[in-house]
Amino acid sequence: MMLLQIATGTHPLAGTIAELVWMLPLLPFLGFLVNGGISLMSAAHVGPADPDMSLGAHGDADSSAHAISEAEEHGAVGDDHHAIQPHRYAGIVSIVGPLVLAASFILAFLIFSQMRAVSMEAPFIQRYFSWMPVGSLQIDAAIQLDQLSMLMVLVITGVGTLIHIFSVGYMREDPGYPRYFAYLNLFVFFMLVLVLGANYPVLFVGWEGVGLCSYLLIGFWFSEKANADAGKKAFIVNRIGDFGFLIAMFMLFANIGVLDFAGVKAAAPGLAFGGAVVTAICLFMFLGCAGKSAQIPLYIWLPDAMAGPTPVSALIHAATMVTAGVYLVARSSFLFSIAPVASLVVAVIGGITALFAATIGLKQWDIKKVLAYSTVSQLGYMFVGVGVGAYSAGVFHLVTHAFFKALLFLGSGSVIYAMHAAYHHTGSHADAQDMRNMGGLKKYMPVTWGLMWAATLAIAGIPPFSGFFSKDSILGATFERAGHSTLADSSLLGISGSGWLYLVYVFGLAAAFLTAVYMTRMMLYTFHGPSRTGSAEESHLTEAPWVMTGPLVVLGILSVIGGWLNLPERIAIGRVGILDHWLDPVVGDATRRVATLTAGEAADAGSTEMILIFVAVAIAVAGIAFAFARLKPQGLVPAADSPEEEGFERVLAHKYYVDEVYDTAIVTPTYQISKHVLWRGIDAGLIDGLLVNGSSALMRSFGWMGSRLQSGAVGTYAWVLVAGVLAVLGAVTLR
Amino acid sequence: MQGFLQSVGYESWVLPALLIIPLIGATVLLLLGQTGGSTAGSDSANGQARAIAFGVLLVEFLVSAGLWWSFNPANPGWHAAIDSAWIPNWGIRFTLGIDGIALMMILLTTLIMPLTVLGSWTSIKTKVHTYFALMMILTSGMLGVFMARDLFLFYVMWEVMLVPMYFIIGIWGGERRLYASIKFFVYTMLPSLLMLVAILYLGVHGGSGGVPNFSYDNLVSHPTLAPRAALWLFGAFFAAFAVKVPMFPFHTWLPDAHVEAPTAGSVILAGIMLKMGTFGFLRFALPLFPGAAMNPTVRAGIITLAVIGIIYGALVAMVQPDFKKLVAYSSVSHLGFVMLGIFALTLQSVQGALMIMINHGISTGALFLLIGMIYERKHSRLIDSYGGIARVVPVFAALLTLVSLSSIGLPGTNGFIGEFLVLIGAFKPYPVFATIAATGVIFAAAYLLWAIQRILFNPLDKKDNEHIPDLNWREIGLMVPFIIVIIWLGVYPAPVLRRMEPSAQRLVTTVAEGVQRVSQPAEPVVATATASATR
Repeated sequence: MMLLQIATGTHPLAGTIAELVWMLPLLPFLGFLVNGGISLMSAAHVGPADPDMSLGAHGDADSSAHAISEAEEHGAVGDDHHAIQPHRYAGIVSIVGPLVLAASFILAFLIFSQMRAVSMEAPFIQRYFSWMPVGSLQIDAAIQLDQLSMLMVLVITGVGTLIHIFSVGYMREDPGYPRYFAYLNLFVFFMLVLVLGANYPVLFVGWEGVGLCSYLLIGFWFSEKANADAGKKAFIVNRIGDFGFLIAMFMLFANIGVLDFAGVKAAAPGLAFGGAVVTAICLFMFLGCAGKSAQIPLYIWLPDAMAGPTPVSALIHAATMVTAGVYLVARSSFLFSIAPVASLVVAVIGGITALFAATIGLKQWDIKKVLAYSTVSQLGYMFVGVGVGAYSAGVFHLVTHAFFKALLFLGSGSVIYAMHAAYHHTGSHADAQDMRNMGGLKKYMPVTWGLMWAATLAIAGIPPFSGFFSKDSILGATFERAGHSTLADSSLLGISGSGWLYLVYVFGLAAAFLTAVYMTRMMLYTFHGPSRTGSAEESHLTEAPWVMTGPLVVLGILSVIGGWLNLPERIAIGRVGILDHWLDPVVGDATRRVATLTAGEAADAGSTEMILIFVAVAIAVAGIAFAFARLKPQGLVPAADSPEEEGFERVLAHKYYVDEVYDTAIVTPTYQISKHVLWRGIDAGLIDGLLVNGSSALMRSFGWMGSRLQSGAVGTYAWVLVAGVLAVLGAVTLR
Repeated sequence: MQGFLQSVGYESWVLPALLIIPLIGATVLLLLGQTGGSTAGSDSANGQARAIAFGVLLVEFLVSAGLWWSFNPANPGWHAAIDSAWIPNWGIRFTLGIDGIALMMILLTTLIMPLTVLGSWTSIKTKVHTYFALMMILTSGMLGVFMARDLFLFYVMWEVMLVPMYFIIGIWGGERRLYASIKFFVYTMLPSLLMLVAILYLGVHGGSGGVPNFSYDNLVSHPTLAPRAALWLFGAFFAAFAVKVPMFPFHTWLPDAHVEAPTAGSVILAGIMLKMGTFGFLRFALPLFPGAAMNPTVRAGIITLAVIGIIYGALVAMVQPDFKKLVAYSSVSHLGFVMLGIFALTLQSVQGALMIMINHGISTGALFLLIGMIYERKHSRLIDSYGGIARVVPVFAALLTLVSLSSIGLPGTNGFIGEFLVLIGAFKPYPVFATIAATGVIFAAAYLLWAIQRILFNPLDKKDNEHIPDLNWREIGLMVPFIIVIIWLGVYPAPVLRRMEPSAQRLVTTVAEGVQRVSQPAEPVVATATASATR
């Protein structure tokens, strides 16, 4: 790779450690190369020279084709943990995998310290080489470091390191151990490209790259069809979103002529405020976000994505990748803030998704499915935040969610790990992820229990846990923008923006209530009440090893104190608005463009804000209390003995039958039409049958030519050909 | 490097040398095949034939590689040009030369050809000498098409290329090879004859003093055709090229030809010969008949067919039970993007079309080679006869996954660059068509990922798949260049884009100027208008 570094001029970060920003993604990429190499080398059995087995002796094929090692034979049955011995290169992989992440995190932290030391308004842009130079379209391979990307890098590498360490314990006995870390490292590489790219196409490289890794990791245990299906579904649904993202880029180029953030930001004011162009750009871009961040109508892939190993769910499908859409909206705040209708759509879709997914979460039995719908719901909150123009509030929730949701997933991973080990001991095939098979785990896993309660209180929005502050800042901003903002002044489908935003606020409150209910339900059924695991298994249930519990503790601390990152003015129990201030150079202008509150009105809003906070907390407490009052873990029976749900509960348990509807309305018709109308009808029937073969003159010539070909004198023809061509060429040379 | 090339007079001999080297190889192979007598057909003789073929094509590649350095994009004219009289009475000259477009096509050809020989190493067991001799002739024919600057010479090369492929499919092909080869031949021959008539008309029309003139430069720079005649002539060229591309609905020869052809035949067909059609549009159909090609009805019609091809090809690919057929239909889809890019005629879209031409050659070529490798092991191309074999053949699985990802245009691989440029370039003049075409990226993911899932993933439920041997060193080695190009063109395509940009730019301006010239024989009209105004 050629590094044609262009002088970055007089930027305060020039000449500092920030020049090494390219190493942030490169380190995980090196990890990918090492682990991927180990994976392929240790799996490969190079075949015989002549691969045609029908001609070779059969015994020969047997001896040379021990393609499946013993370990793979037993291990790759598509289940978490069928204990066998660790991979033979597990040692080096366990070091390389987490180490590259930790190194990347340390470097990120050093750069961060440097950034805090200088005051920078403009982003630090590094151009490495020209990627697609075509006339007026000039796309560079370039990195942009600013406050937003720095924050994302810290979250990705920080939480990423913890999850990598957790994986060392969780995946230790998997036969695909090096492959797992190769994919995970590759994921972090692409995720860092996504947040560091200085233009939309480079961001898109990361965007699709993380999708690829997600696909590979969801289908990690690919020998089970359901897992491979889930991976494919994730990729294709994401591609639908990516289509929107592509169109947005095309429109940007057609209307502005540039695709780098700095250029678009500079040119954006030239677009008509709220005009059709910028609205369309933002809506197409949001289609991409809806795919990546699992919003209605494209959320359907995320629950299925739980087929992947649990640390993957924590890293990719909770903490980082799925928040890329939120990042994209925040990154494009200079566009969304001049497209009020599009922003309104973002907020409304976010609000509906938050509520809709929360209702489904109420009736799931698979512990990871509960968390998956919870993630969809929380992502909805983030979109409400960035939709109403409270960009730093949306990003704030992104960060706290990364802490507590990663903790919840890893905690559930510990639970599944313990359940699995227990079932493995007794040879039972019961579902280790079904909460109906759990219960009473508090006794066996007290640390996990305590930490997961902390995360549950955080996500439910109980002060002073982190989720309270971030969720409250989103709800508060929504309420405020419903009164005064460019969004409130616009209208969508004949309803005023103000009306929509009040509705979104109510949805947000309702979702908060449901969040408290389903999370408490999950905790109650998993950790409290009597054990339903089975008497033989109970003695084998234990806390996970410290390599797994350690990262949980760190995440637990972050989940508790994360709120101090951005305290509201009304609750000044420390420095106020650190994150708002930090992100101000990136999203400040856009935020102020959306919020049209005057200073006097803002002062009046103070008392309202306290009421809002009180309402939100009351609702969260009510949700928890409701769950404690109504749900009786004592009444549950193990999954195998449970009856089917009835009525609306059944609709919820089947997720409103959305998958079935998509299948019947889109997937099956597309397949059947392609097969019977396009292929058999048009291709084979109309074009070939009628036009090509139907022509009798053609048929006759077919017969004539066939008889010539079959005379077998091909050698003669070849001679004639060579002679002919040589004569043609010779005619020139001999003249 | 440039200094060395100049010192050996590289540009003055390289193009004829590239045409002759394979023919020498073909002669040697045919001689050995005949004089070998009793030893012909033995393992050692066959091994010798393979080694010769590979050696000759490797030399061919090395000789052609110099073009990469000797080519100076800043020079707007023909590179490595040759011009000598050939059949003076008919005004036919032997003129060769390349521009940035031809440069990349030639390098693509000379890169893929030796690799296809490696790919046919063990699968071709009968008439080995003739087989490889035909591949040599084919190489010359294809390179000739890219080099020719005389329309008659172009036509000769165009037909030279057709015949060996007909034999390769018809003799070394699968069960329905006869039907497929004849379909291929007739399908492509008939419109080619139309093109021959058009070329003859052009030559006679463009000649002076009773001597026709087939010179490309002359015909492009001195268009004297009536719009109506141009439309008919464009139609003839269109027929020949559209079948070759193949555009919907002229594509039905392709799935049959691909499925029945031996691996090397499929690789060459998809990797190189399909580009003859789109190359023809770029080199001949558009610059010669700008008015006809850019006629709003014609242009919209062709773009509509291109976009239909993108979606239709992808949807039909999705339902194919046979992996080779799936890839064949995916070619219809990919080439639809190329046609869209060419006829949208912006610098970005044309550059994108050129990139797809290269990328499709690399990715689809690699896909066919991989299919050939697994076919040699199991003798089945049916997707459902596999399943879960990633555990058995991990190297094959890794390569197939990577190549598939490049084929569906994952950013970071070559496939993305082309599709992105075509679409972003086409979006400005044709936003609706470009948007519909962009949905092709969704369908592409659907058909290829579904296919590789059914081959590589899912349970390993068929007993006889448990002992498929993984790729051997020859096969891994021959895939390495493909992988390198896939990543290189995805990450750093700028050197390729820079070499092609002046040629693409010239095409765009030439056609735009041509359209203006055709649409403004307007002077008399203007005169009458002013006259009537003054009256």
